[in-house]
Amino acid sequence: MEKDQDKILREVTDSEYKYGFVSDIEMDMLPKGLNEDVIREISKRKEEPEYMLEFRLKAFRKWQEMEMPHWAHLQIPEIDFQDIIYYASPKKKEGPKSLDEVDPELLKTFEKLGIPLEEQERLAGVAVDAIVDSVSVKTTFQDTLAELGIIFCSISEAIHNHPDLVKKYLGSVVPYNDNYYAALNAAVFSDGSFCYIPKGVRSPMELSSYFRINAANTGQFERTLIIAEEDSYVSYLEGCTAPMRDENQLHAAVVEIIALENAEVKYSTVQNWYPGDKDGKGGIFNFVTKRGICKGDHSKISWTQVETGSAITWKYPSTILKGDHSTAEFYSVAVTNNFQQADTGTKMIHLGKHTKSTIVSKGISAGQSNNSYRGLVKVQKGALNARNFSQCDSLLIGDQCGAHTFPYLEVGNKTAVVEHEATTSKIGEDQIFYLNQRGISTEDAIGMIVNGYAREVLNQLPMEFAVEAQKLLQISLEGSVG
Amino acid sequence: MIVVEKKPPKDPDTAILERFPKQAGEGLMGKVQARALEQFMRYGIPGKKNERYKYTDVAEILAEGYQAVTAPEHHDFRIEEIFRCDIPTLNTWVFTVLNGFYFEKEDHLQELPGGVLAGGLRQAVRERPDLVEPYLDRYASESSDGLAALNRSFAADGFFLYVPDNAVMEKPVQVINLIRSDREVMVQPRSLVILGKNAQGGLLICDHALTEKRVLSNAVKEFYVGENSSLEITRLQNEHNSMSDISHYFVHQGRNSRVTSTMISLHGGMIRNNLDVKLNGEGAENHALGLFLSDREQHMDHSLFIDHAAPHCTSTQTYKGVLDDEAEGAFEGKILVRPGAQKTEAYQVNKNILLKDTARMNTKPQLEIYADDVKCTHGATVGQLDTESLFYLRSRGIPEYEARMLLMYAFAHEVIREIKIDPLRDRIRELVDRRLRGELPRCHTCFVDYQK
Amino acid sequence: MLKIKNLHANIEGKEILKGIDLEVRPGEVHAIMGPNGSGKSTLASAIVGRDYVEITEGDILYMGESILEMPPEERALKGIFLSFQYPVEIPGVSMVNFLRAAINEQRKYRGLDPMSPSDFLKLMREKKKLVGIDSALTNRSVNEGFSGGEKKKNEIFQMAMLEPKLSILDETDSGLDIDALRVVAQGVNALKRPDSSTIVITHYQRLLNYIVPDFVHVLYKGRIIRSGGKELALELEEKGYDWLKEEYENSLNGAL
Repeated sequence: MEKDQDKILREVTDSEYKYGFVSDIEMDMLPKGLNEDVIREISKRKEEPEYMLEFRLKAFRKWQEMEMPHWAHLQIPEIDFQDIIYYASPKKKEGPKSLDEVDPELLKTFEKLGIPLEEQERLAGVAVDAIVDSVSVKTTFQDTLAELGIIFCSISEAIHNHPDLVKKYLGSVVPYNDNYYAALNAAVFSDGSFCYIPKGVRSPMELSSYFRINAANTGQFERTLIIAEEDSYVSYLEGCTAPMRDENQLHAAVVEIIALENAEVKYSTVQNWYPGDKDGKGGIFNFVTKRGICKGDHSKISWTQVETGSAITWKYPSTILKGDHSTAEFYSVAVTNNFQQADTGTKMIHLGKHTKSTIVSKGISAGQSNNSYRGLVKVQKGALNARNFSQCDSLLIGDQCGAHTFPYLEVGNKTAVVEHEATTSKIGEDQIFYLNQRGISTEDAIGMIVNGYAREVLNQLPMEFAVEAQKLLQISLEGSVG
Repeated sequence: MIVVEKKPPKDPDTAILERFPKQAGEGLMGKVQARALEQFMRYGIPGKKNERYKYTDVAEILAEGYQAVTAPEHHDFRIEEIFRCDIPTLNTWVFTVLNGFYFEKEDHLQELPGGVLAGGLRQAVRERPDLVEPYLDRYASESSDGLAALNRSFAADGFFLYVPDNAVMEKPVQVINLIRSDREVMVQPRSLVILGKNAQGGLLICDHALTEKRVLSNAVKEFYVGENSSLEITRLQNEHNSMSDISHYFVHQGRNSRVTSTMISLHGGMIRNNLDVKLNGEGAENHALGLFLSDREQHMDHSLFIDHAAPHCTSTQTYKGVLDDEAEGAFEGKILVRPGAQKTEAYQVNKNILLKDTARMNTKPQLEIYADDVKCTHGATVGQLDTESLFYLRSRGIPEYEARMLLMYAFAHEVIREIKIDPLRDRIRELVDRRLRGELPRCHTCFVDYQK
Repeated sequence: MLKIKNLHANIEGKEILKGIDLEVRPGEVHAIMGPNGSGKSTLASAIVGRDYVEITEGDILYMGESILEMPPEERALKGIFLSFQYPVEIPGVSMVNFLRAAINEQRKYRGLDPMSPSDFLKLMREKKKLVGIDSALTNRSVNEGFSGGEKKKNEIFQMAMLEPKLSILDETDSGLDIDALRVVAQGVNALKRPDSSTIVITHYQRLLNYIVPDFVHVLYKGRIIRSGGKELALELEEKGYDWLKEEYENSLNGAL
């Protein structure tokens, strides 16, 4: 661990977005635009059963009646939804996927991203589902996991192979009509990961999805579904990158988590979509709906997110605490620099008795960016003895950026204890000076202080990710001091 | 980059305009009213999508068909016959506003010691337009609140106070806002308080409804506090459950000025208090405190907007609520630190206690910050009395009920102790104590005969 | 090693240092004493490069080179160390990471490879023993929740780790009880090398019982009004500062 940290501190010299390259992969694409025919075509190409097409069309019709939400503290340029390619897939040969059949260029891409797909070079104890543009290209360790009854595959495969589970749970936490982007996703989602942990099983390795937007003019709409049966446990990781392009690209994902009695799901994200350049040109619009339900008693869902990328982030990983004694956590670090905008936070909906939620949010704004925490804690009438504690801190680096905190506390039960605290402060000049005096450059000093500031959240990440995240925080803030 | 405009507010509820005269007033007041009406047409009555009205449905209240009082009525009684303040030891200059119109003692502004002028707003417009014009509606017109705009479109009178440069008021002014009618009326008083430079003043505002009819008040009060001046505002709301009281306080502060406001809401069917503060000069200081105690189906909503528009300003907000029965409460406190408002310090606390499961509290502290060298914190809690403390007190032999009272009183004390007028503080302390014990069923102590 | 020439410095437009001349050669220990507000800490701040100290005249030469334009970290890498009077707390930054970063920056500056984690831990253990600092403290965040004495000890521990050429101890004795003072002083003495120099800034003489100075300078109203050997400190201890102040004021009047 220490060795890795050491490496990081030396590695932070490259200030460019290092994942910004484009891979030359042969693509199979639909033309730009969105209508029912496009949706039928997506469904057809994926050889989906009729029920999926119906789900998609229902969502599309609803979406057409909806309006883009404007309540967030974001300036969103107009998005022409007819100017987006909704399906782009790396061309592949027929037949079951084996590594030999994956385009070598694609393997190289993932190697470059530090995600080897060859199991002999595997990341220690991490199974990966790699998704490029619209489709899953490779899922590793499926066999090892299958021995334990764990299903880890692309959602497309799950639609074919596990229709009962998909029918039962898809859209059960985030309904097709939940919000504008969720409806769009339900209509056009092309792939994503599916994960099922059977009763009593603790997943022996981290499960991970790696999302990569490669093609130009495309949107990425993946959908992830995680089901943890009674007494099961899984830690799930998600990472993402995209090439540097001048135009904005849309990413509208949906994640649904179901935790049954006594199950625990830990969901970690290191979001590093291309943030746009120093002048705010280009970058990903990251409009994501993530929600879990603690369905069973004593279940637990824990969200950890490190948000450093995207031009605009609109994202509120939420938990419905339905089971009695269920627990939810939300740990977030969001960094914005240059012209990035983030409006992110969580919702904790307390329904069951003796439920407990914790929110720790650390926002760091630099450059001319705007960074908002927005969170709802709702305690319903019957939610006896609900507990929530929220701590939302903002750190400002420079006087051109904005840091905002918008919590909503709605309490309808007298036995609840709901506490929210927030602070906003400037990065400590005396702290920087102290480190300077010990020979550490200002840029490194900021990196260290920010990492220290975010420590509480970073500690929640699995080790491999924590190291990556620390590095990212520092790189994201480069150039933030004059 | 094409920026998508936020959705325009829905068409204003033009039905409400039918309750008011078509013709705007004349002169200065007319000019102000005409501009405000344009704003009202633009903003409309705030709906639930309006962030500042998320937890209070004002459209529903306004739809109830109150008759607007648009002109002063003829009275053949003296104010002392219908109302007497129940704090006899209170040493104040007393002024009365009845149904939104200044209740004239004299037909011209009164001059108090130190050159302080007090009286009706209409009188002031008539006699001292030179004092009124530079201030009236200056800050209020910056607001996009549709309800404030509705008041400003039609309000024609209210209270006026002018404290000239270097004047120190020797005792506070007490303004009593009364509603007395045998109809279901809507009143819209509008007040203007101006403090010049290096001036000091105190203001006690009491709101009472001397009727059991359902009535609605939609008030606007503007306070302009000049350089180095200080103002203490204390407001006591003790109203019955058929009363809907919406008020908009606009406080505009200059350099090194200091304003403290304390709002005590003991009773009221529906209370909605807005406090907008603009710290417009370096070194200005604002302290806003509030305490509300609610039960039955009372609804109390406080919305603060603290605008740090200049560097080196300080603001604190301390709002506390106790909710019993089916009471519903809301608090919103937004602190805005504008670009360049460096060295801002802003601290906000909102604490609430729910006494019954049927009570509800929604709270929304907000920070919007565009300067980096600032210290801003906010905290909000909703919960019950601290069980550890309760146990400690009981273990010393104090019965549970008394222990609860002690703790609740301690909870309220943080706000009450800031009231600077001694007899008032003592009286409020007593009222709060009785209110917490359920011995103050509603406002009845401060008037002698509301039927007259 | 250090040569300060006619140094004038302002803080917020107010002149605090009014012409300081001081030379510190390798191996020497200099004590700078003086009443409160005489400019002692400002002098230390000027040497390490705090930006609120504005140098208006004069120069500071370190190893023959002017350091006025150097950023503070460069001065540190060249071997200047300040033991802060009020060490700041840095929540979340662990002592280990902080010190490793500092050590490796130094090594990089000297063209060495980073220290391996095991060597680093060994070094930490060794130095901890040397200054007698509790292991529990080094597992915490930098100075977070440390007592006053612990903070000062931590400063000396860092000094041990970084092995500076020129150490400036700014009021390291303030807030320490006599036992802690002895421990801190022993640490400082143990770290003394023939080629390293120390500037001890202090209000009282008692620290100088443990860290014996070669020279003592009295700073008053931004000027060094008296220099002497270690016996000057004893004299001050006995007679206080007043006689020197008086002498100085009289000499000014005389000059007029």
